[in-house]
Amino acid sequence: MSQSTPELTKPSPRKVVLPRELHPVAWWVWALGMAAAASMTTNPWILLTIVAVAAIVVEFRRGDAPWALSFGFYLWFGLIIVVIRVVFRIIFGGAMGPDDPVLFSLPSIPLPEVARGIELLGDVTLGSVLAGLYDGMRLAALIICVGAANSLANPRQLLASIPPALYEVGTALVVALSVFPQLADSVKRVTKARRLRGEPGKGVSATRRIVIPVLEDALERSMTLAASMDSRGYGRAGDTPLRDRWLTGTLMIVAMLGLAVGSYGFLDGTAPRILAWPMLGIGVLFAVASMWAAGKRVKRTRYRTIRWQFGEYSAVGSGLAVAIGLKFAGAEHVGVMYPPVDSWPELLPVVILIPLIGALPAILTPPALRDEDTMEDE
Amino acid sequence: MNIVELNDVSFAYDDSGPTILTDVNLALLEGELVLVSGRTGSGKSTLLRMFNGLVPHFSGGTLRGDIVLKGESIVGKPPRELADFVGFVPQDPLSSFVGSTVEEELAYGMEQLGLDQQTMRRRVEETLDLLGIAHLRRRSVRALSGGQQQRVAIGAVLTTHPKLLVLDEPTSALDPMAAEDVLATISRLTQDLALTVVIAEHRMERVVPFVDRIAIVENGRVRIGDPADLLIESPVAPPIVELGRLAGWRPLPLSVRDARSQSRANPLTLGKPEPRATHTGERALSARDIVVQYGTKVAVNRVDLNLNRGEVLALMGRNGCGKSSLMWALQGTGRRTGGTVDVDGDDPADLKADEARLLVGLVPQTAADLLYLESVADECAAADQHAGAEAGTTRALLDRLAPGIEQQKHPRDLSEGQRLSLVLAIVLSAEPEVVLLDEPTRGLDYPAKHALAEMLADLAHRKHAIMVSTHDVEFVAQVADRAIVMADGDIVSQGLAADVLAESPAFAPQVSKILGPEWLTIEQVQAARESGASDA
Repeated sequence: MSQSTPELTKPSPRKVVLPRELHPVAWWVWALGMAAAASMTTNPWILLTIVAVAAIVVEFRRGDAPWALSFGFYLWFGLIIVVIRVVFRIIFGGAMGPDDPVLFSLPSIPLPEVARGIELLGDVTLGSVLAGLYDGMRLAALIICVGAANSLANPRQLLASIPPALYEVGTALVVALSVFPQLADSVKRVTKARRLRGEPGKGVSATRRIVIPVLEDALERSMTLAASMDSRGYGRAGDTPLRDRWLTGTLMIVAMLGLAVGSYGFLDGTAPRILAWPMLGIGVLFAVASMWAAGKRVKRTRYRTIRWQFGEYSAVGSGLAVAIGLKFAGAEHVGVMYPPVDSWPELLPVVILIPLIGALPAILTPPALRDEDTMEDE
Repeated sequence: MNIVELNDVSFAYDDSGPTILTDVNLALLEGELVLVSGRTGSGKSTLLRMFNGLVPHFSGGTLRGDIVLKGESIVGKPPRELADFVGFVPQDPLSSFVGSTVEEELAYGMEQLGLDQQTMRRRVEETLDLLGIAHLRRRSVRALSGGQQQRVAIGAVLTTHPKLLVLDEPTSALDPMAAEDVLATISRLTQDLALTVVIAEHRMERVVPFVDRIAIVENGRVRIGDPADLLIESPVAPPIVELGRLAGWRPLPLSVRDARSQSRANPLTLGKPEPRATHTGERALSARDIVVQYGTKVAVNRVDLNLNRGEVLALMGRNGCGKSSLMWALQGTGRRTGGTVDVDGDDPADLKADEARLLVGLVPQTAADLLYLESVADECAAADQHAGAEAGTTRALLDRLAPGIEQQKHPRDLSEGQRLSLVLAIVLSAEPEVVLLDEPTRGLDYPAKHALAEMLADLAHRKHAIMVSTHDVEFVAQVADRAIVMADGDIVSQGLAADVLAESPAFAPQVSKILGPEWLTIEQVQAARESGASDA
């Protein structure tokens, strides 16, 4: 269009997608959906698709924070799991059936009388190796999906989004997150310093030379931190009326009673059924109510919370879609979901296409914030 | 208007024990900057922590009397209820951080107060600008330099809009330039925000020019008044004040500018400064091409260095310029990527730790890392055993360095200076030829620093070769024969201490700023005065 009219120069009504951090809960729901899907099958094609989808989304949407770089580690971890599974199958052997083809034979080691029936090594059959491989791949895919969530979601933001009543627990975790690197520094420093007093030696006294200064250091730091948090208003009671505190307390006690009786009824089969699920339900209900009541009186706010927008809903939606879709599709094609080990696993378009829905967040979510000098630790 | 009043306040940790502070009466005005000074252990920190209830709520103990904030008694109120009125910045900012990034840290206090999102966002932006740290907003607080961390810590309490800001030794760990920055920021806050600031600081020479009043804590009593009046008899005083006392200048000059004009009006009649007695002996350590590299970062870049018996070499430079890395590399325990060190024909890095410490001893920056036993006596005995020395050797060394430390005291209960002496004694028990000290002046007051200077002079006299890294130019002027300045891993300046200090305005001690480059310390001036008096 050569002629420019005022209408054309106006910004288009389509929303611009700006880079931002996606709500960590959204990433977790997406990843758990993928993991749930992975747990429903041992078909290597489906599992590979799921892992590939997770890898694509991570590659497209991770930031450059330290936790974002952990995905490669999870991939390696998955590979190791698969290898271990297969090696175990080889060691403990056992054919899957009478006509299971033998791949190769190893000298067998019979175990003593006590463990009769177990034979180490021996004939290695295709079926047992494949079973180990499929099983290992399923576990690996699960772990890789969780790893994807870990690399995509900001752990601190995740802690920030827990309900206000659990704020104290969240704070403890945040503090632990920052204390661990400090503790590691401290250990490194003391280990180096003790050489200045001569050869470190071995045994209890040598350990003591590290442990005592490190613990003293840690104790001092935590006292400083506690004092600092207190001076900055942590744990302010504000002005809660007595009535509200009573309400929270009562709700909490009823919830505890309900949960205790309910779990007893649930575990003891001879107890009247009325004590099981109904009591558990009441307990949970009151627990939620007491948390709500406790949260209501908390006079605390959150800085820069992440609003749920289209990106978040698309991630959650696609994750759930994969899990639910595969559940239904799998019910109709059990043979595809759990392929027999004596034939080539079947490749059915519909069950391969469903996991691909999980790749949508790679396009639909906003790109991650990338800043060369953001979050560089050390 | 009085922001805070202390009326007849006394404090003791336990009822039968000694009182830390006795009958303190104090009233702070809006927008004034008050320096709290006193010797280590005089109760400065206790006084500071009373303003927001950390004493007695966090420390335990009994507080008598009344503390009034904005017309309301705060006795019995915990610190958290005062968070919107008093901002408290503890000594070590890093261990007080709760958030992980600068922005989170600034918002933390406001989150606790329950401010709404918009207010929080606005105040964070204002504070980032006020302190000049907007470019650091997303950085991890752990990755910042000391001066930046200090400014973030100040910002973190400013966002709750307190009326009173309390700072415990905000510049003690900083190099001179970073310290100036932080102090200039603080002084601007008193002017821009009419904030009342209470600050405790050992290195008074940096703060005194900025303050309105000074509170001196001595023997549990607190005197407050005009700095020029009070410093005449203060137990701790910066060199400029000591010079003013010596010369009898009234009113006492507090800044270099004042002192110069006083010096023009009533010049000190001085002869020539006595040349410094140098007792340099043969070569003790020679290092060639020392390189220390961490990943891609070059901490020490091809440094050549000689150290002679009987001399004290000062190593200066801003935080993170490679001073510590160089020291650790010379000792042989730390990382060394390249280069050689020669002490009596041996390279300490090739030796076992037991043998290396016979050649080169190092007192690390956090000296307490070396201590792990329950009493001074145990530590000394263990050191004797390790060094294969006669029983009692370490204790004798300790008594020479810092006499009269109780045998049964826990090392953690010692004062900063005493603990340093204990670690130094342990290091010296192996009789190393070369002694390296990394930032030993941290947390020492003037008398303790003076004692350390004498200790080092004594060691040099016994033909040890000594290298000491420090930010404290006054200390360098007092103790060093030669000085080296490092920047970004390189040696940028080296030579006689007097020359190096005179070369750069950032490193010039106060006495030379006033009397000229040939004068470095009060002691010199004093000696010249005495000899001048005896001549006359």
